[in-house]
Amino acid sequence: MHLSDLWFIAIAVLWAGYFVLEGFDFGVGILLPFLGRDDMDRRVMINTIGPVWDGNEVWLLTAGGATFAAFPAWYAAMFSAFYLPLLLVLVALIIRGVAFEYRGKREHPRWRAGWDAAIFLGSLLPALLWGVAFGNVLHGIPLNGAQHFTGNFFTFLNPYALLGGVTTLTLFTLHGGLFLALKTTGELRLRAIAAAVASGLAAIVAGAGFLAWTELSYRASATSGEGIASACCAALAAVALISGVLAGWKGREGLAFSANAVAILAAVTALFTALYPRVLPSTLSPALSLTTGNAASAAQTLAVMTVVACIFLPFVLAYQAWTYWVFRKRVTAPPTAQSQPRTPSRAS
Amino acid sequence: MNVLDLSRWQFGITTVYHFLFVPITIGLGFLVAGFETAWIRTGRERWLRLTKFYGKLFLINFALGVVTGIVQEFQFGMNWSAYSRLVGNIFGAPLAIEALLAFFLESTFLGLWIFGWDRLPPKVHAACMWIAATGTLLSAYFILAANAWMQHPVGYTYNAKTGQDNLQSFAKVMFNPAQLAGFPHVIAGCFLTAGSLVAGIALWQLLRRPGITADHATAFRHALKAGAITAIIGAVAVVITGDTQAKLFTTQYQPMKMAAAEALYHTAQPAPFSLLTIGSLNGSHPVFEITIPRVLSFLATGNWSSQVQGIDNLQQQYQAQFGPGSYVPVIPVTYWSFRLMIGMGLLAALIAIVALWTTRRGRTPAHGKRGLWRKTLIAGAVTLPLLPLIGNSTGWIMTEMGRQPWLVYGQMKTSAGVSANSAGEVLASLVIFTLLYGVLAVIEAGLMLKYIKAGLTSEPLPGGGGGADGDGGPGTDTGGAGAPMQLVY
Repeated sequence: MHLSDLWFIAIAVLWAGYFVLEGFDFGVGILLPFLGRDDMDRRVMINTIGPVWDGNEVWLLTAGGATFAAFPAWYAAMFSAFYLPLLLVLVALIIRGVAFEYRGKREHPRWRAGWDAAIFLGSLLPALLWGVAFGNVLHGIPLNGAQHFTGNFFTFLNPYALLGGVTTLTLFTLHGGLFLALKTTGELRLRAIAAAVASGLAAIVAGAGFLAWTELSYRASATSGEGIASACCAALAAVALISGVLAGWKGREGLAFSANAVAILAAVTALFTALYPRVLPSTLSPALSLTTGNAASAAQTLAVMTVVACIFLPFVLAYQAWTYWVFRKRVTAPPTAQSQPRTPSRAS
Repeated sequence: MNVLDLSRWQFGITTVYHFLFVPITIGLGFLVAGFETAWIRTGRERWLRLTKFYGKLFLINFALGVVTGIVQEFQFGMNWSAYSRLVGNIFGAPLAIEALLAFFLESTFLGLWIFGWDRLPPKVHAACMWIAATGTLLSAYFILAANAWMQHPVGYTYNAKTGQDNLQSFAKVMFNPAQLAGFPHVIAGCFLTAGSLVAGIALWQLLRRPGITADHATAFRHALKAGAITAIIGAVAVVITGDTQAKLFTTQYQPMKMAAAEALYHTAQPAPFSLLTIGSLNGSHPVFEITIPRVLSFLATGNWSSQVQGIDNLQQQYQAQFGPGSYVPVIPVTYWSFRLMIGMGLLAALIAIVALWTTRRGRTPAHGKRGLWRKTLIAGAVTLPLLPLIGNSTGWIMTEMGRQPWLVYGQMKTSAGVSANSAGEVLASLVIFTLLYGVLAVIEAGLMLKYIKAGLTSEPLPGGGGGADGDGGPGTDTGGAGAPMQLVY
């Protein structure tokens, strides 16, 4: 296996990790106006993701950086082609990130309502746009011989890619609903389960349609090992998704959340294996497509990156897992506005 | 304006804006971690209150640093795709490693710090801030190594077949002499910035807050000392490292940058240092100019009588070397940004020294005094945190504008690096970013002022164990791991 193939896999893993992790915090943001009946509800919801959302977002930055280093031509062509969609994603991520930190810093209802809107829109837009972007990568974009994009914003709005957007939107909403079911109590938890099941049904329809369409029309090859693996992963994603929704409906949120995480992993794997060995297909001519072969960095860069990733990725996974362990408890509203009595801290 | 100009304005605006928050994050992270450690070591509640107070300001600042940082990583590909294609092998690697090594550390351990007051033992909690602060330092190292490579490309070979620069030695890129000189300079600037912020706010609290309690006054006296000492050490280090960097760039890497920063048109031996100029900087005779003989020779080479090359000579030399075209940066920008950088840094250091002096032998600044001295000190307290911010920005403007017309020095011109986007797209993003950043700046400043004015809290401190024993010392257990999660946001 070439190092460039290894880095194609690494980038797929980073995107999968990003969607599994930030997927649920996007979902929580999307559900904020629907499940949060009052300020306390919304605070509880935001606090379920408070300690982890920023770490989740770093998966995106690492995916972006890894693409820049391992496949400069892919990074350059994709980021400049998707200029306006990425601008929207950036604006969304900016207002959302600031909102988490600033929302609680003033009491005023209008201040909080404004930041709530920022969290909602800042979560909704990327959840939708990442799916549209992935749909367009699979679909291919008009890329000329100079690796320049010759389309415009409306090029991205083809039915297949839009279905991809609906898929990620509903899938992440489901994921967020299940996470909230896992992290809250009482009425909020019940509402979260109901929302998860509702968005889950939509995700099953959209996801099945999108993955089936991918396997039928946008695989690099139907007969290669990767092509067959892609179809298997798509089937696995469907099974995991349906089991997740069922488990959620039964109120078994731990199982449901895990199953849905598997569904997201399998779906991302299905997309990347369908794409391989292309990284950004050109709709103008297959010869103009960027592939793991013609877009990759030279061996020296890939070797350095491989060593660094092998050494440090285990640490990253370990301390991120530790964070989730530290904050494993459910989040509830405090019984009264007063702070609870505390035991003397010097006791030992 | 064409795509190139719009893209340059966007990169300049977003980057200068991003770097308003970065130095505060880097320096203040360490100071807050130090305050928390002082609390754990001494058990004195004032250190905990200072940790919470400056920690809050740190987080308000950090939020904007993080979100504007995402734009930085994306816009190389979005706006500078020709550049990205050429240099991805070399420039992309530090960015990817920065995300993997540093961004994960910062974000994860800050999450633990913000939400972990009642979940983690105090020592582990303080360690989280130390680790997050170390993460910011690592982050700075990798991104500055990437920038140093643009200033002075090393450790690569150009592959004409693929049109890409290939990595030859990663160690050479990481330990680029331009990086070894530039990184300490930037980090020293970060400590000057954060120290000035801490000291300025503390001084303001001591002078302006009516009825500040004796406890809080003592706390802010300590903060003032810690901040002022940090700022002064930072300033000294800034001068030393700046001098190293200036010599390296003038004599070896980019003589044009120093010539442009000095508006020195004709090679001179010995060369005078221009303190300030009134009138044109276009090489004609200025209306008024103050110069100090021989000082530029010394600053640039370490020798009072050596030669410093002028713009006109360098332009001729570069035309012979690289072909026709102008190799001269925009002189008024380089000349004045260089002076502002130095001036702001020195002024901040001076105010920090005075502020420290007012606390000598247990004194309270301007204690019992009214009138001019007190007013002067208040003005100093208000300006002190702002000066290094201007110094940082103008320093970057000097070094980036001074490299022009090059994007990668000697290899790729800025005009060749830009994406083939339409001007409409880039205009849209430029307007959106500028407006959004402007609004966020107003909101951020409003919040900062709100929490600066509020000062230290007097309430019992949750998570600080400010409980029955009354001294607010750190407990040995958190007592909270089994309790429900606290709402922080």
